[in-house]
Amino acid sequence: MPEVKEDGPNDGGGGVQIDLIGADRMANMAGMEKIRMILDGVRDGNIVILEKGLSPDEESKLIEVTMTEISPDEFNGIEIETYPRSETSDQSFLDRLMGKESSAKLTVIGPANQIETLHKDENLISALVSRK
Amino acid sequence: MGLFTELKDSISRVTDKLFSAQEPKRIGIYGPPNAGKTTLANRIARDWTGDAVGPESHIPHETRRARRKENVEIERNGKKVTIDIVDTPGVTTKVDYEEFLDHDMEKEDAVRRSREATEGVAEAMHWLREDVDGVIYVLDSSTDPFTQVNTMLIGIIESQDLPVLILANKTDLEESSVQRIRNAFPQHETIPLSALEGDNMDEVYAKIAEYFG
Repeated sequence: MPEVKEDGPNDGGGGVQIDLIGADRMANMAGMEKIRMILDGVRDGNIVILEKGLSPDEESKLIEVTMTEISPDEFNGIEIETYPRSETSDQSFLDRLMGKESSAKLTVIGPANQIETLHKDENLISALVSRK
Repeated sequence: MGLFTELKDSISRVTDKLFSAQEPKRIGIYGPPNAGKTTLANRIARDWTGDAVGPESHIPHETRRARRKENVEIERNGKKVTIDIVDTPGVTTKVDYEEFLDHDMEKEDAVRRSREATEGVAEAMHWLREDVDGVIYVLDSSTDPFTQVNTMLIGIIESQDLPVLILANKTDLEESSVQRIRNAFPQHETIPLSALEGDNMDEVYAKIAEYFG
């Protein structure tokens, strides 16, 4: 998200940058664009919060691409948290048929060495974020 | 033999192959690191073929490549299923080579192991999207199942409409709680077992035959 930065990449000088990404912005992006945007942000040391999370297929690709980018002493991977998917999903049969994943929920993603989940339940995610 | 007869025969061969009940199903054994996936894969392979799949270890990411054991025939309650078992590396979103240093490993070995582990996880995710017909999801019943990786993986499996059998492994441990796993994934049937001790394998085989047959 370079357009929202004022002081350049989060290099430890001025705290931790948080990017809150709206559902409308994500809706216009292809799956790999979303993954690239997330990983670019996280690799800069940012915390990325998605208003509406990723589809299962995108989550699968996010794990795969994250693994290919892990590098010793440089990038250890990601910490990711979402609220649990609701048991009584309001996803209609038609939505499933059309491949729409309405069960996606707010998602927090950060560098594995900077974010630690303290508590998580169905409507609260509490995380400790540290600077690099 | 006329052209028409030859054509009919070759179509018949193709349809036979497509719909053959004998075609082995590729069943991926998935789960977080150290859940006992390889111990289970070896138990199944030894019970039905006499061979093992790969080495087991308490060190995370011992399995760093997806390993396949082909044509494992399982027969239970009159149902027979032929499966290819695919033992996969434990899925995670992070790998830190420094964790391996705690297991008396030199830095060079730890870095190599972590690199292989990341490649293995990427490969396992690819298999899940493209190459498996069903999933056995193995969890360590002595640990909290309510993790992001488990939630995501089960979601990914469900989105692919793959049949999934959840196994609550390590029931031989004192801290084991099968109910905790049932509560975490109530939409799926959970079967308790100890792959190490071979406890409740009869039920596991019956369910494999039922789910993947």
